[in-house]
Amino acid sequence: MPPILWHSVFFFLLAALACAFAVAVVLAGNVVRMAFYLIMSLAAVAGLFFLAGAQFLGAMQLMVYVGGTLVLLAFGVMLTARGPLSSMRTGGGQWVLAALLGGALLAVLLQTVVQVGVRDGDSPAVAPPAEPQSPTSSTAQLGLGLLGVRSAPQVQVAAAPAPPPGYLLVFEIISVHLLVVLVGAAYLARAKRPRREEI
Amino acid sequence: MDLLTHPVGPAHYLVVGAVLFTCGVVTMTVKRNAIGVLMGIELVLNGANLNFVAFGSPGLAAGGPGSLGLDGQWIAMFVIVLAAAEAAVALAIALCFYRNFATVDVDRGEELHG
Repeated sequence: MPPILWHSVFFFLLAALACAFAVAVVLAGNVVRMAFYLIMSLAAVAGLFFLAGAQFLGAMQLMVYVGGTLVLLAFGVMLTARGPLSSMRTGGGQWVLAALLGGALLAVLLQTVVQVGVRDGDSPAVAPPAEPQSPTSSTAQLGLGLLGVRSAPQVQVAAAPAPPPGYLLVFEIISVHLLVVLVGAAYLARAKRPRREEI
Repeated sequence: MDLLTHPVGPAHYLVVGAVLFTCGVVTMTVKRNAIGVLMGIELVLNGANLNFVAFGSPGLAAGGPGSLGLDGQWIAMFVIVLAAAEAAVALAIALCFYRNFATVDVDRGEELHG
């Protein structure tokens, strides 16, 4: 019997956590509980990022998503939830319709996934997952690649003679976009006072 | 126990991403709370992120012809930042909605009916 791969064990553990809490988000009636289940699901997804070798991305997911966006969502819940309004029920017919729609969508997606796995020859072509990789190398490559320096030439792209450009412009656009959007959000959500009468 | 002795491939990650995506879509359609709809959007974005990371992961699809390399991680990073921006704006809109209608039930916002 081949030895148990702990990478696979942790993958299935985290995948089960992520999927179970995502289903719990769908089924929960209370918004506060939904927020908690969403936090757990996103944290499990961050663990999956760590397992896939994207350490920096997993840390960003934990800090930005779980630490920032979901705290924002929790504030939104607390600011807008008032007693009975925090749990708005959905009718039974809508649940049946949503279950049908969701099942059909999941079936289509899973069929596509199976086709992708068969075409790529999933098991034998996969590299051993526990490659010796220092934890900072991925982050350094990410930072250099933003400037257009590709230090990971193991991906052979035959059809592209020139290396693809960096992501510096996209990075700048996104940072300015985030700034503008946050200013706009603060403007939208400001407390409106009655305008003082001018004499 | 056959699953635990084989290495995981991109297809495993894609299955998890598909489940997250479907849960997000169903959450968006079922919930009547505007904040709940927002949470569905976050789930959908995370499912897409998981796919990007799986296709670009050095340990899963290394050197394959369909591997994204590090591009997958960049795209996932940009998606995370855009999701933060989207959540901020959507929460501001939800607060305005709450101020005008005294509820966040999306079925009550029917002023724009034709």
